[in-house]
Amino acid sequence: MTSGEAEVATGDGSTGRSGRLTSGPGTLLVWLYGVMVVGAVSRSAYQIATEFDRAPLAYSLSAVAGVVYGFITYTLVRGSEGARRAAQVCCAAELAGVLIVGTWTLIEPSAFPDATVWSKYGMGYVFIPVLLPVSALYWLRRSRDPERSVRG
Amino acid sequence: MLDALTLVTGVAALLLAAWCGWAAYRDQPTKDWHFIGMAVVSVLALVQLVIGIVQLARGEKPDQGTTIFVAYLLGAFACVPAAGFMSLGERTRWGSVTAAAGGVVLAVLEVRLHDIWGG
Repeated sequence: MTSGEAEVATGDGSTGRSGRLTSGPGTLLVWLYGVMVVGAVSRSAYQIATEFDRAPLAYSLSAVAGVVYGFITYTLVRGSEGARRAAQVCCAAELAGVLIVGTWTLIEPSAFPDATVWSKYGMGYVFIPVLLPVSALYWLRRSRDPERSVRG
Repeated sequence: MLDALTLVTGVAALLLAAWCGWAAYRDQPTKDWHFIGMAVVSVLALVQLVIGIVQLARGEKPDQGTTIFVAYLLGAFACVPAAGFMSLGERTRWGSVTAAAGGVVLAVLEVRLHDIWGG
């Protein structure tokens, strides 16, 4: 991890305050995203390995969700300005994913013989999947680097 | 035995969550006593892991499959220590919130474990 931080400092010439996105409320976000990574990745890995044919769409979507969660966790921990922007894009994509898949599962349940992480807006996961991107986007907006965000 | 332990661990996890949530409400970081509480809950989860594996070794089968059962046992064991380490690095109220979230997640895992075992 230390080598990654060094890269941040030299890479984009910012002050490279590592841990900027993981302090304060960021700690909670990293924890919840970490939980979702473990949940989505292990669930989809197991299901794809054992019963992929039963609900290929649902299991693939869970795997994609797991990868997105993993990437967001990584960008939060990295904490550079570029990572912050990447995290913003991914959180927006995640929110879109939850809303689209959530609506889809309500309209057309037959497309999903088994649940995904995002089914019914993440009801099986206490709605964390839909609440998480919203709070993450809020947090990422607020922790924008003041001097670098003047216009750019 | 496993059912009772699942119940005890789940209740302990919720108590831990409430306690750490209270600390967060009062704008305090997690303190030594909170970490002792986390250690107690972690020990419960460890005992549960051991007993669960012993039950499997005796030839008992969980309703929803052995792999899922073991994965959840491991997850339940790792849950609170992981949240504890994160709250160790965040000495503000948000560390307490994270520890509380760890307790809630463990309680959810215990409910799932109960279903998977088929109690």
